[in-house]
Amino acid sequence: MLRTFVTTALSTQELTKIETHIASHKQMPGALLPLLHAIQDDIGYVPEESYLHISKALALSVAEVHGVVTFYHHFRRHPAGKHILQICRAESCQSMGSEKLEAQVKKSLGIDYHQTTTDGAITLEPVYCLGNCACSPAVMLDEEVYGHMDADKVAELVAEARTA
Amino acid sequence: MVKVYVPRDSTALSLGADRTAKAIAAEAAKRGIEIELIRNGSRGLFWLEPLVEVATAKGRVAYGPVQPKDVPSLFDAGFLTGGVHKLNLGLTENLEWLKKQQRLTFARVGIIDPVLLEDYIAYDGYKGLKNALKLTGAEIVKSVTDSGLRGRGGAAFPTGIKWKTVLDTSGEQKYIVCNADEGDSGTYSDRMIMEDDPFVLIEGMTIAGIAVGATQGYIYLRSEYPHALKTLNEAITKAEKAGYLGEKICGSQYSFKLEVRRAAGAYICGEETALLESLEGKRGLVRFKPPLPAIEGLFGKPTVVNNVISFATIPIILDKGAAFYANYGMGRSRGTLPIQLAGNIKHGGLVELAFGATLRELLYDFGGGSATGRPIRAVQVGGPLGAYLPESQFDTPLDYEEFSKIWAVLGHGGIVAFDDTVDMAKMARYAFEFCAIESCGKCTPCRIGSTRGVEVIDRIIAGKDHSKNIQLVRDLSDTMFNGSLCALGGMTPYPVLSAINHFPEDFGLENKVVTA
Repeated sequence: MLRTFVTTALSTQELTKIETHIASHKQMPGALLPLLHAIQDDIGYVPEESYLHISKALALSVAEVHGVVTFYHHFRRHPAGKHILQICRAESCQSMGSEKLEAQVKKSLGIDYHQTTTDGAITLEPVYCLGNCACSPAVMLDEEVYGHMDADKVAELVAEARTA
Repeated sequence: MVKVYVPRDSTALSLGADRTAKAIAAEAAKRGIEIELIRNGSRGLFWLEPLVEVATAKGRVAYGPVQPKDVPSLFDAGFLTGGVHKLNLGLTENLEWLKKQQRLTFARVGIIDPVLLEDYIAYDGYKGLKNALKLTGAEIVKSVTDSGLRGRGGAAFPTGIKWKTVLDTSGEQKYIVCNADEGDSGTYSDRMIMEDDPFVLIEGMTIAGIAVGATQGYIYLRSEYPHALKTLNEAITKAEKAGYLGEKICGSQYSFKLEVRRAAGAYICGEETALLESLEGKRGLVRFKPPLPAIEGLFGKPTVVNNVISFATIPIILDKGAAFYANYGMGRSRGTLPIQLAGNIKHGGLVELAFGATLRELLYDFGGGSATGRPIRAVQVGGPLGAYLPESQFDTPLDYEEFSKIWAVLGHGGIVAFDDTVDMAKMARYAFEFCAIESCGKCTPCRIGSTRGVEVIDRIIAGKDHSKNIQLVRDLSDTMFNGSLCALGGMTPYPVLSAINHFPEDFGLENKVVTA
């Protein structure tokens, strides 16, 4: 299927933000990752509509921009929920029962990895090590890590996030 | 004013250190007591976090783990003067767990306020740089070579030799790159340095810059470490203001600038050439070597790429001398290794020791056995690409060569313990799965082999054509081991084959086959 990257789905406000980030990053050596981070930090994801603007400013092809965005697990091409919940799947957390935790959290949220709850509150993502391996299993909610987790504690965190 | 220390390290925060700090501040205010609340790094005794310390006339007294509900009773017990309480652990410096360690790289971690430059300097910070500024580049490199320091990221390549290559390669622009993409499960020593003593990393990279003639440094930091990002940026700003970074460092002829760059969640970017591609703004595809990054690295220029711990160890080598550092250790593994106890372990945390301690000492004397109280059946050393070791190998000393002899790796010093409920066939399957998720896709053995590996293990678990599939997984591992471009595909056979060889019963095999 042919895909067009140039659409007008972005709001003028979002487009302005993207243009501002492009302007402040384009002189940087190896600017693409810092720029993509800035865009995602600001508007929550990297819209495909931004590829053309980025590619022109950095003298890249649209395909190269697309290639980079899709190579890295961190970058999202679609808006996420209000909060991102990451469950660590790595060995240390497995040794302390993270597999069971994953299953329980998926069930209680009613979603699988890379999905968002119907109320738009939580997006669930897997993560491979949070560097909290002495206190496994670990999860990360937005930018905070939590150790010694179980399904009840995660449910509490989720409930807090939903009401916050 | 009494000084009260509550750690700001991520692991302490993950166990509620912020809430504890708030509760202490609130309780002090309520009682009309003035305290100075300091957010230090963690001492690395993570089962005791949040570990609160109080400065008394006799020294710092530790209390832990302190939850907000414990705070009123701590005040009642007079903890501000080291009072008796069920959470009182005595003087921090007398804690056996710390006393038995040899903290060189981690000398200041947990003691100082990480972003207070005055603290850093008061505890021997920037002494190494001062010495380095009196030496020629070649003399600095010689000192690093003589110390015997080998890359702590996992590959254990002699740091001095790498630096010498960059020094001897001419180039108008050279770079210092810190690999802070610590993605190995069971490891967190890089994170601790960056969060708990960031100036030591900055100093180490600055010395590297002076040594090889590089004026720009980058710290490639994994995106999963937001606290490290904030701490590093704060420390860099302070170092710049104080003249330790930027133009004419400490009034010398040298300039060195430093910038943190965020990674984006790709494990492969911990491989140095993929990391360089990523820094250049590309997909993290592994490069063919040669050319070595030391000759053609970042943007094609001569580049030193070292791990956080390697750089963070440079200041003490330049401060106390190569001989001082080389005096620790065994065989060709000189100095100390910050070991990280993780997984199913009762007392998890950071243990810095000279090379030579055995796994058993670490797992039982330090670790206190498993967290669940069940027997420890397997340990994985060196991250997701490290071998699984059975109890019969627990007396192996931590030494690069001794580990090679048993077809295992020390890697970045992470030790993940598993109790007897572990299913090693599942762990072998996971090793392939992880490789498939994280493969950059450049070479076929890794890209295709990992996915085929998952399928073959699935057939073994299901009991289909059992002996044929065991042979197939060995053949596949052989192809990946010998044919992959980098360590991701090349080392995935370590966890897979060690699991099969040491735990054959989990694969439906009766006889233990000890071949690699």
